[in-house]
Amino acid sequence: MGHVIELDAATKDYGGAGTPALGPLSLDVAEGEALAVVGPSGSGKSTLLNLVAGLDRPSAGTVTVDGRRVDRLGEAALARFRRERIGFVFQFFNLLDDLTVADNVRLPAQLAGTPRRKAADRADELLGMLGVHEHAGSYPGRLSGGERQRVAVARALVNRPALLLADEPTGALDTASGHEVRELLAEVHRSGQTIVLVTHDMALARSLATRTVTLVDGAISADERAGAAR
Amino acid sequence: MSAGSSLGALGRVVRSGVGRRRVQTLVVALATLMSVASAVVAGSLVVASSAPFDHAFARGHGAHLTAQIDAGRATAAQAAATAHLRGVKASAGPFPVAIIAPAALPRLTVAGRPSPGGPVDRLEVTAGRWASAANEIVLPADLPPEVARPGTTLTLPGGRTLTAVGQARSVTGSADAWMTPVGVAALGKAGAPATTQMLYRFSGSPGKAALAADRTRLKAALPAGALLGGQTYLDVKQAADREAATFVPFLMAFGALGLAMAVIVVAGVVGGAVGANLRRIGVLKAIGCTPAEVVRAYVAQALVPAAAGTLLGVVLGNLVAYPLLGDVQRVYGTTGLAVAWWVDAAVAAGALLVVAAAALVPALRAGRLRTVEAIAVGRAPGTGRGRRAHRLIGRLPLPRTVSLGLATPFARPVRSASMLLAVAFGTAAATFAIGLAVSLNTIGTARDPDAAAAVTVVPAAPDGAGPQGAVPTGPSAGPPALDEAKVRAAITAQPGTASFYGVSDRQVTVAGVVGPVEANLYRGDLRAGAYEIIAGRWITGPGQAVVPTRFLEVTGHRIGDTITVRDADTTARLRIVGEAFDLRNAGMRVHAAAASFSGAKDPDGMDSYLIRVKPGVSVASYVDGLNAALRTADAQAMTSSRGVGSVIAVLDSLAALLTLMLVTVAGLGVLNAVVLDTRERVHDLGVCKAIGMSPRQTVAMVLASVAGLGAVGGLAGLPVGVALHHLVMPLMGDAAGTRLTHHMVAVYDVPLLVPLALGGIAIALLGALLPAGWAAKARTATALRTE
Repeated sequence: MGHVIELDAATKDYGGAGTPALGPLSLDVAEGEALAVVGPSGSGKSTLLNLVAGLDRPSAGTVTVDGRRVDRLGEAALARFRRERIGFVFQFFNLLDDLTVADNVRLPAQLAGTPRRKAADRADELLGMLGVHEHAGSYPGRLSGGERQRVAVARALVNRPALLLADEPTGALDTASGHEVRELLAEVHRSGQTIVLVTHDMALARSLATRTVTLVDGAISADERAGAAR
Repeated sequence: MSAGSSLGALGRVVRSGVGRRRVQTLVVALATLMSVASAVVAGSLVVASSAPFDHAFARGHGAHLTAQIDAGRATAAQAAATAHLRGVKASAGPFPVAIIAPAALPRLTVAGRPSPGGPVDRLEVTAGRWASAANEIVLPADLPPEVARPGTTLTLPGGRTLTAVGQARSVTGSADAWMTPVGVAALGKAGAPATTQMLYRFSGSPGKAALAADRTRLKAALPAGALLGGQTYLDVKQAADREAATFVPFLMAFGALGLAMAVIVVAGVVGGAVGANLRRIGVLKAIGCTPAEVVRAYVAQALVPAAAGTLLGVVLGNLVAYPLLGDVQRVYGTTGLAVAWWVDAAVAAGALLVVAAAALVPALRAGRLRTVEAIAVGRAPGTGRGRRAHRLIGRLPLPRTVSLGLATPFARPVRSASMLLAVAFGTAAATFAIGLAVSLNTIGTARDPDAAAAVTVVPAAPDGAGPQGAVPTGPSAGPPALDEAKVRAAITAQPGTASFYGVSDRQVTVAGVVGPVEANLYRGDLRAGAYEIIAGRWITGPGQAVVPTRFLEVTGHRIGDTITVRDADTTARLRIVGEAFDLRNAGMRVHAAAASFSGAKDPDGMDSYLIRVKPGVSVASYVDGLNAALRTADAQAMTSSRGVGSVIAVLDSLAALLTLMLVTVAGLGVLNAVVLDTRERVHDLGVCKAIGMSPRQTVAMVLASVAGLGAVGGLAGLPVGVALHHLVMPLMGDAAGTRLTHHMVAVYDVPLLVPLALGGIAIALLGALLPAGWAAKARTATALRTE
């Protein structure tokens, strides 16, 4: 099984005098894996996710995702890379308030040039699959936190990405909604989707992850596979 | 908090506000600068073009009406009795009048007056003294001293001599020179035709209609046909104001546009700053700022850059106005004309008041905002406005980035309206200016039909120098006359000749008109020399005349009337058949066929021949061929010059400059609005980029967000610009003393209107280009962290 993510001595330094925010860090993630990245605030979890998603560039080292050297891509190529290979789920959903739920889900497909009808069909399929189809014509502001995060997951999956990234997907949800989303992501993973999630929610990490990496001060302090420690 | 520390704290708030919002600060400063500069130029020209004449007229008790009366038809007593007509407040005369032609001087209209003073038209003796003997004459003040020095002897035709004793000026322009009444009467046969002159002042400052009524009463009070003409002070004032007055309607229009745009842009910028700063306002109030202090802080935040812009605008306005005032100075013969200090002060104060008023409304809103509300609103997501637009526009078959952008303005209707107005005014300014330029170029061509002739034939230079391509202009005092028979034969025989006509400039007298009048006399193909006709038609043969608008206004004649024109020893009665667009010689010209004066021996012949060549004929080869044929005729052919009039050139460049300024202000207004939008939507932009929006798509989305407004603004501004042009052009024509033809005003055709309408989109896109680039370059991770 190939690696979807390969980080080789990736470092992120924000220019301060102190230690780097992340790394040097080397990490491989295999296809179909569900990796949970945990650690205290400021440990570099979100920075790691940003490097993998191509939202930020490493100060040193390399980042390869699905066979592409992300750190070498220009802005336009990064945008294409994100919409074709990455799905991103944010803590605060980051749905566009002016667009309906259906329009939010269709948007990445439309940006990728998917024909209008095909994008709509795919959005309908996902909304139905994730149980929010009845809200397709509603605006995100009218939905509960859990429903919004389901919509966000649908949006992340619309282009059938090789990799789903989730940054504290349950962080802004109440317990019940958090449980719903946890179940949803587990279901997505069972369908073969590679997932990297950053979380403080150990229950989520335990229930979903096949592997858990603990970061402390930008370095890996533990790397555990489900049922075994390395 | 003490008053002092409160002020200090407020100052820091203002300083940080000005410093943090650099783009908005720059926009306010630039918009104010350009608006103030154009207002200073417009204001100073208005003042300069009216005040000197008005003051001089009041000081000299100028005549509202100068009547020329036929001495053969009305006695002196009958003329004097008109002083008691209704409405006459003061009068002077009757003074005998004669026209003399002294050697080496232009023809002079001489009035016989016992003294320079009197109740009406007090003359200003600028050199020497007043005439006291019958053979003494006071010459015009504008003659150079070397020819008008006291003691100079003037020789009249017939050998009689006069001695110059002084120089004087009449603010009314009632005569060129003055002698004693006895002296003028003694001119007898030497001067012709003898008339008398009556000068009148009426109550207040009578307008055109009132003066026309006065003239009608005067005509009725005198024996039939005795009133030869009546020149009003408005004619004199108009002639004096003409050069500067041409600019006034145009600059006033630009000044008004500039001020309106300043208000819109400043209101938009300040309103936007408040909208974007709700959270900051909440924090300021939470830490103890009173509502009044918040209001003061936000008004001051607008006033600081506006004050800087105003100061620089006043300086720039003075620099631009300076050369224009030089023209006004020459027109009045005065010195030391400068931008009146109170124009600077009034414009500066007005601009700052406008800025303060524009800032006050949103600042009061900021002051009234409850602290909790301000903080909450500042953090809350959007208001939900514009969702329907998103839904509807999203259904259009457009790329998603474009439809997203097109729907954006609906989320911020007030800001979008301000952007729309800025684009509309920018388009209006561009439409107005481009229409003006087209009109002026049409006028430039029409005012000199001779320029349509490709080749000009003039007498050969004495030194035998070859043609250099320049056509001499002005009266033909110096050059010898052409040997017409040879010249006409050579032109007729020259292959490539399409048509030709001869033209001669003469100084003639017209019964009822003070002073000499220029006449253009034509021979050959009369149609080819045709001026642009405002009413009636061009001359087709002898006995007809075409005159400019001002000639008709000054003389009170209409098309169909007959005028008596005297050229040398020949008098011709010409029927006016047309009103021409002709600004030369202050609009006092008569166009007629040379054959109208068939009784004359025509010793001078034509000054020049103007030739149109057939299509496809090389002008250079034609000139070479014709010159070879003209070698024995003492004449030379040359390519006609096509110069642009200085006033038109100045107006063209001013229009370009002012349009550039206003379009820039409009673009700055757009830029400001897009910067605010981008800043507010930076998080959404981050989300879009995170899910795959490329930099190019981001630019497309931001540009699309203004393109719709640009299109609507362009369509809205277009009719405003056209209407302004149609309003201002006739006013400019009026100021120049002429009416305009339909095709000088109706310049907007479809090929011109389409790009002008698209100009709104261009302004919007150019204004949005910079922030669109910033949005595309914004780091996604940073944008996502922005709440």
